[in-house]
Amino acid sequence: MIDLLAATTSSVTSIPLGITKEGNWFLQNAWLIPLIPALSFVGILFFGKRLPRGGSELGIAALLIVFLLSICTGFAWMDHRDNFHGEEISQTLISSEHGEHGEHGEHGEHGEHGEPSLAVVNTATWFITGGVEFSVGTLVDGPAVMMLFVVTLVSLLVHIYSTDYVAGDRRFTHFFAFLSLFSSSMLLLVISENTLQLLVSWELVGLCSFALIGHWWEEKDNSNAALKAFLTNRVGDMGLLIGVTILFFASGEMIPDSFGSFSIVTTNALASSGLLSHSTLLIAACCLMAAVMSKSGQFFLHTWLPDAMAGPTPVSALIHAATMVVAGVFMIARLYGVFFEGFSIGGSSINLMALIGGFTTLVGACLAFVQRDIKKVLAYSTISQLGYMVMALGVGAWTAAMFHLFTHAFFKACLFLGSGSVAHSVHSFDMKSDMGGLRKVMPQTFRTFIIGSIALAGLPPFAGFWSKDEILAGTGGWGILGGTNGNGSYTFMLIMGMITAALTAAYMTRCVYLTFFGEFRGHGHPHESGPRITIPLWILAVLAIFAGFLNLPKGFQLVPKSLQERFGHYVEPVAGYFPEIAHATPSWSLAIVSTIVVIAGISLAWNYYFVKVEKASKESGKSLTELPDGLTTRLTLARMGHTLLVNKYYLDHLYTGIITRAVKEPIAELAYRSNQEILDRTVDTFGRTAVKIGQLNYEKIDQNLVDGFVNASGRISSDSGEELRKIQSGKVQSYAAILFAAATILAGLLIVIV
Amino acid sequence: MLLNQFLILSAVLFSIGVYGVLTRRNGVMVLMSIELILNSVNINLVAFAAFREAIPGEVFALFVIAVAAAEVGVGLAMVLLLYRNRRNIDLAGIDSMKG
Repeated sequence: MIDLLAATTSSVTSIPLGITKEGNWFLQNAWLIPLIPALSFVGILFFGKRLPRGGSELGIAALLIVFLLSICTGFAWMDHRDNFHGEEISQTLISSEHGEHGEHGEHGEHGEHGEPSLAVVNTATWFITGGVEFSVGTLVDGPAVMMLFVVTLVSLLVHIYSTDYVAGDRRFTHFFAFLSLFSSSMLLLVISENTLQLLVSWELVGLCSFALIGHWWEEKDNSNAALKAFLTNRVGDMGLLIGVTILFFASGEMIPDSFGSFSIVTTNALASSGLLSHSTLLIAACCLMAAVMSKSGQFFLHTWLPDAMAGPTPVSALIHAATMVVAGVFMIARLYGVFFEGFSIGGSSINLMALIGGFTTLVGACLAFVQRDIKKVLAYSTISQLGYMVMALGVGAWTAAMFHLFTHAFFKACLFLGSGSVAHSVHSFDMKSDMGGLRKVMPQTFRTFIIGSIALAGLPPFAGFWSKDEILAGTGGWGILGGTNGNGSYTFMLIMGMITAALTAAYMTRCVYLTFFGEFRGHGHPHESGPRITIPLWILAVLAIFAGFLNLPKGFQLVPKSLQERFGHYVEPVAGYFPEIAHATPSWSLAIVSTIVVIAGISLAWNYYFVKVEKASKESGKSLTELPDGLTTRLTLARMGHTLLVNKYYLDHLYTGIITRAVKEPIAELAYRSNQEILDRTVDTFGRTAVKIGQLNYEKIDQNLVDGFVNASGRISSDSGEELRKIQSGKVQSYAAILFAAATILAGLLIVIV
Repeated sequence: MLLNQFLILSAVLFSIGVYGVLTRRNGVMVLMSIELILNSVNINLVAFAAFREAIPGEVFALFVIAVAAAEVGVGLAMVLLLYRNRRNIDLAGIDSMKG
């Protein structure tokens, strides 16, 4: 009663959500995009084996349709962003004690950011339980459209590539079915309207990665890697579940006639306007961060990602470079209001997200140096680059993070597919024992790999340079030379980013040398891959060169203003559900310094491999992969560092050897004991009693009673038959005698009775 | 009119018939004995019908005569076949149905 009074008396206000229900057909019907690959999954599963190309044509067709749809959606969104002036939807609120936050809720001036962009939302009721309506729908805005494009393009190229790469595989059809399901779940994730839907697709993505990593499960290592990926992801998924639940109830407090809301825009809008308590948001953000750490391979839950290279290479390219692992980054970007307020990114104190991201980027880059397996170099590089993105989000450089995600998808997919092309040819992933000198025999792969490497290292004007530079500028730490006022000055993150840039350049130089230079160390005769492998490589390589021009920095004097920050303009939401973030000013001096750092990294590695190792190789007469008297053999400290890296910081030992064993062994012991003492004994007793009863039953009842009865009845019929056959004499008159005798007896009986 | 005279006649005829059926070895004689049994029954039926002045008894006797005619027809045909196959009509020798 009191609650009711309070509800009626408190003044009800509303906040703008920055969404609309109107818009282009493509924007309203984005649900078709995940649906088509899902149908293709079912189709391949049921009919794939009967199709002439094992179901791959179905997957490619579905992805092609979806890719075209995504492009249409992209253009529709660009038009919508610039020209749409429809009605904006607001969320009605209970504003009782939170009234003092009213001025945040105004969200009036968008002066710096330009016109607001209204995301297109289309929802339907999923189910209603206990009076709460759970909806399912699409939220189409800048980041969603960008992701649709990236996912469908990379997935399409991976499909085409796979038709050659896994040709003749015993589970060819199965492989394509899961590629389709994977694409579908990822596309569902990026257009999710609410966190529940996000959670579902998040899990689906995890499931598909499990199935695809373990594609060749006959080998124990592969199925272990799949399990590791799945279980490590479970750890983080717990965080996601808790975080989503916290946000559900937190936003429900502010909405009349409802005790919760899964809606992403509502949650974000409430968080951004300061209507939710800071501590709630901090806890929710920490929980969600755990999910990001597991999915996006952040330190210290990154250990599954390198192992996941056990899957087929196209899968690595699709899942572990371009799409799945960026799901975590995308989730931060989606719920940025929550993270922005929760971690106080606007203030310049170092927060958890920036710290984890920065640390991961360094840790991953260091590990990439000691790998023999070309795919593992790329896997650690992915971890490092994902760290870059998370760090960028942690310092408030949202657009830079998204842009890096965009460019990284292209050059990392290019590198992964390139490594697959090499492995396809030499039948191994080991750079030290089976590669070397491949530039002569695989010119196409070599050129695209070089392009991808330069883009990853971040030399201008390749794609990686522009996005990396934006992140470095976005840290706002370049205060001493020109100043890049962002959301705060994260000088520490800037230093980490700079070191990583140098390390990235160096390990990619090492990787390129070991793979393509020197003399061939493997067996057999490697050859260039076919067009279905090289054409996707070239498409990605071209994008790795040019994608960076989509977001030329603001104030970049060499191009007209209309070409500056196009990506930021279309992708970054300016709406009620997005926090007001400050933008860093690009700096020429920073760009020059970061380029010098990259060149320094390349030069060091060049000096070691292309000069010293090459010379040593010539002297010794065989192709070496490292100096016989390198630093690690001379310096104890360097050797210790090397050992630490080779053992991956002993994290796997920590997880399996210490944590898992500490948990597992007492439980296993207890389970074993209870099994032996209680369960087994009970079962044994049951069994023994049953045997006894059965024995008794057999001897007494079955043998004597039942058998006796049956035998006796048989003997009786046999004996009586023997007697009766004597009557059957065949003589008519004896029958007649019996007839008359019987008639006489019956007549006598009749007389006696009547 | 006394009923028991008819009944005694009928009983005597029946007994002669039964005796003939059981003892005669000639198939034709057995058939004739069966006719005696049936006719003793007919006498019984007609006697009771006259005694009780009820028509159904006489009607039933007519049925018996008709059935007896059919029976003799079938029986004589069987005897004829027996004679063709075995050159005699001695019933004692026919025991191929012995169990």
